[in-house]
Amino acid sequence: MKKTVHPLDKRFKIAHREALIGVILVLINFIWWYGFGYGLGSGKVENYTYIFGLPAWFFYSCVVGFIVMVILVILTVTFLFKEVPFEEEEGDIK
Amino acid sequence: MNWAVITPLIIFLMIIFAVGFWSNKFVIKSNSFLEEYFLGERQMGGFILAMTMVATYGSASSFIGGPGVAYTQGLGWVLLAMAQLATGYFTLMVLGKKFAIVARQYKAITLIDFLKERYKSKTVVLLSAASIIIFLFSSMAAQWIGGARLVESLTGLPYTVALLIFAFSVLVFVIVGGFRAVALTDAVQGVVMFIGTLILLVATIKAGGGIPRIISDLAAENPNLISPFGADRSLTPAYVSSFWILVGIGVVGLPQITVRAMSYKNSKAMHSAIIIGTIVVGFIMLGMHLIGVFARPVLPGIKIGDTVMPLLSMKVLPPFVAGIVLAAPMAAIMSTVDALLILVSSALVKDVYLNYIKPDAGDTHVKKVSFSVTAIIGILVILLALSPPDLIVWLNLFSFGGLESVFIWPVILGLYWRKGNKYGAITSMILGMGSYILLDRYYPNAFGLHTVVVPIVLSLLGFVLISLMTHQTQQLSNSKNNSTIQ
Repeated sequence: MKKTVHPLDKRFKIAHREALIGVILVLINFIWWYGFGYGLGSGKVENYTYIFGLPAWFFYSCVVGFIVMVILVILTVTFLFKEVPFEEEEGDIK
Repeated sequence: MNWAVITPLIIFLMIIFAVGFWSNKFVIKSNSFLEEYFLGERQMGGFILAMTMVATYGSASSFIGGPGVAYTQGLGWVLLAMAQLATGYFTLMVLGKKFAIVARQYKAITLIDFLKERYKSKTVVLLSAASIIIFLFSSMAAQWIGGARLVESLTGLPYTVALLIFAFSVLVFVIVGGFRAVALTDAVQGVVMFIGTLILLVATIKAGGGIPRIISDLAAENPNLISPFGADRSLTPAYVSSFWILVGIGVVGLPQITVRAMSYKNSKAMHSAIIIGTIVVGFIMLGMHLIGVFARPVLPGIKIGDTVMPLLSMKVLPPFVAGIVLAAPMAAIMSTVDALLILVSSALVKDVYLNYIKPDAGDTHVKKVSFSVTAIIGILVILLALSPPDLIVWLNLFSFGGLESVFIWPVILGLYWRKGNKYGAITSMILGMGSYILLDRYYPNAFGLHTVVVPIVLSLLGFVLISLMTHQTQQLSNSKNNSTIQ
């Protein structure tokens, strides 16, 4: 597979780390979604509390969960993701 | 005919055409035709990339089918739909830079190019091309039918005329403009989808007398509608959670999505696409499905779920605005169909024809073949959609989960697991597709999970076991090869 000249591409190390971050984010997303959705939603409907008119389980799981994920995604991309060039070393090829 | 509704739709079509012909300039000028026509020369910026991913993914089901089910099931279905939020960031992060770099090293233009270079196996190429052609062809026909039905219901034109109008508008810009036209029109369509969702959500809440009033109306009708378990309490946590695999992380294995992860310009484009994509996909999924639920008190007693969204728009919005909002599902269907069309065409032209039938084809010849293959596929799909055979309807049922079970491990493990080899990939593809079809027929929703879960697990096991078992034999033959060369 690695026929290209550079044996250990440094860019791959960054890429592997970022893929791992993606997996961690999806786990956080799932736990938040499941925890609030079924944690607060499993009780009797008569005992529900409401926030902005929406049942609390739904508000936290789906609405807040969405906002939290957007914030997490923005933070990770801005602070943890690194820019790398995709092309081979420019110069002699072009 | 209701001209107030139709005028915005016509304007929308005009814009789409203009983009298609503008892209044609790049196709003509480009000095590497194939890369331009099937991949837009890897020039997509962040916004376009995000929008084309969202728009390709968001299809008829997000705008027509999904809200219809939410209407009958209540908030539990919105919870389920939110599993799709993950598609906004997960696909691009996981395929990520590695895929972009490796695809460039391999000079891959299609997903199959990547698999071909990675596994060096003709069987892998032919299996992938066959699954893409068969399954995406059928799902294209299904989307086409959905689009025609929508035009039919909005304009009152007969089905056949509606189908021809819809199909030709898509065909024209895809054939002349290629991938660039598809991605750019996707951006326009993504914006229309976003705005349409926003307008309709606000109007529906207003028509229902505010959120608290809507929710209490729903609870009065059936308290289960506002629980996470669905109207008849049939949505179990395990079943709903398993949709994280079907419509969340499994999307990594959909070829029409994967090919986009090699089309972008640079890391910066990818970074901003992740952010924009997450916001847009989350908003559209949350908004559209909430609209479906909120429609219930506003418009009670609808029997056919698919009609909820068009009827609701006509009821709560002034006609001209309803036209703008109804351009959204149209955009969703078009942007899915166009992506599938260019993908099936690339599988035939690039992966089959140029690989095995005529590898030494000249540039003008390739151009002619690409244009005509795209056109012929389009026309074939139209013919099929005119009177859809049962086989197409049947195959379409498998296309989403089936393609995921075929491609997810060969792509992911091909990227991140060096020991993965062609024997593992072939096993995993056959096992994934085979078990998906069999389970769907004879034992759907095993263990209370969606049918897609078991095939994905099986194909993972198959890939890993067979790769490990054949690893040594391959190493032996490799070292033999090396020694003969030395």
